[in-house]
Amino acid sequence: MADQAPLICRDIHKTFDKLEVLKGISLETRKGDVVSLIGSSGSGKSTFLRCINLLETPTSGDIIVHGDPIRFTTNRKGERIPADNKQVELIRAKLSMVFQSFNLWSHMTVLENIIEAPVNVLKVPKKEAIERAEAYLQKVGIYERKDYYPAQMSGGQQQRAAIARALAMEPEVMLFDEPTSALDPELVGEVLKVMQSLAEEGRTMIVVTHEMAFARDVSTQVLFLHQGVIEEQGTPEKVFDHPESERMKQFLAPNF
Amino acid sequence: MLDLKGYGPELLDGAVITIELAFLSLAVSVTLGLIGASSKLSSNRLARGVATAYTTLIRGVPDLVMMLLFYYGGQVAVNNLSDLLWEAYEIDFFFQFDPFISGVVTIGLIFGAYMTETFRGAFLAVETGQIEAARAYGFTRWHTFRRIIFPQMLRHALPGIGNNWQVLLKTTALVSIIGLTDMVRVAEEAAKAERMPFHFFIPVAFVYLALTAGSELFIKWLDKRANVGVVQGG
Repeated sequence: MADQAPLICRDIHKTFDKLEVLKGISLETRKGDVVSLIGSSGSGKSTFLRCINLLETPTSGDIIVHGDPIRFTTNRKGERIPADNKQVELIRAKLSMVFQSFNLWSHMTVLENIIEAPVNVLKVPKKEAIERAEAYLQKVGIYERKDYYPAQMSGGQQQRAAIARALAMEPEVMLFDEPTSALDPELVGEVLKVMQSLAEEGRTMIVVTHEMAFARDVSTQVLFLHQGVIEEQGTPEKVFDHPESERMKQFLAPNF
Repeated sequence: MLDLKGYGPELLDGAVITIELAFLSLAVSVTLGLIGASSKLSSNRLARGVATAYTTLIRGVPDLVMMLLFYYGGQVAVNNLSDLLWEAYEIDFFFQFDPFISGVVTIGLIFGAYMTETFRGAFLAVETGQIEAARAYGFTRWHTFRRIIFPQMLRHALPGIGNNWQVLLKTTALVSIIGLTDMVRVAEEAAKAERMPFHFFIPVAFVYLALTAGSELFIKWLDKRANVGVVQGG
């Protein structure tokens, strides 16, 4: 199939000890989709995102990346674990993640951060990886900082470097875990602007966010999560302007 | 000019032995420390138990007692084993404990326990986000260890390694007790024979001081290199 869905999640459940955090979340993306996951803290949206690239192993449910279903098995304790670490590594390389706290490797320069995974995981020749990295650094507007260490840059610059690192993998889907939540308010804009330009290029993105304006203006699909279930789902117009669920209405109502 | 009454060359040889002993023990202790720390942090209960027993035992017993136990006790154990093997199977097995090897093994074992604690703390100090990012980008476990965990762990471990090294260097003086002709042993003999303790022990003290001061500079330099990318203060 030419236009295979980049990512399908079916009925994802996640239980920590006895606490059920996700109670059956499904999501289907088309190429170029920008999916915003919104909801209050503890609603499970970050956990869901972390299940997609298996930073958390879902207790049940299927994840299919570009037609390739992730295989699971059960360990001796009866816990579900991925069956094939090689497959997990391959799939992770197709789903690059941008973290809330950037998580740039602090002992490497920006450029080293960006070429590390392409060179060592994707086996891109170093020269080509550097060219690619420089192009993406231009794109996110921090080319002149390429030899800086993460700690020498502002939060906004670090997050843009982290986005360049994700782009350099040329992923199927980009996962954003609250990418602006750790930033000073005046730095949020520069990161959102970069993300918006990526959306306009037709990149498939899944974004956990508290930025309602971004969710409304940029996404193609919005999922509102509440206590581990999808309370409301659809186009931004539907979710924001004509919400059906009571919880969604409360969530949107400004309460001072 | 300092007149060493003809003991100069012997003292020099002793100093070389001290340095060799220190470096070999360091290599043993760092290796044991890495193994010990990995065991303590592993999910395997047996590995954790063995490592905990090791550090508890070593850290609770004086270095000198350990050394005497290992050197004299070790020889008795080898002798007994040798007799047993000969009587039971007619296998001819014997070796003589060499004070140098005993010194390296004992000091290595002792400082391996301290290094275990140093490395354990250092591994725990690596932020989980750094490791998570590596996993999220498809790194293998070995690649994550080699490129992310190890270099970042080293930053946290270096001050502790430096401390342990200085104490280790001075602990080597204990091997003169079990008959190794290190610098201290030579100085002791010379001081007795010539009845000039200051004359021989003060130069020995200065050699130790020079070694520790030199290593301090070296560790500072290493620390600076390992901490590239860390903003001080702020």
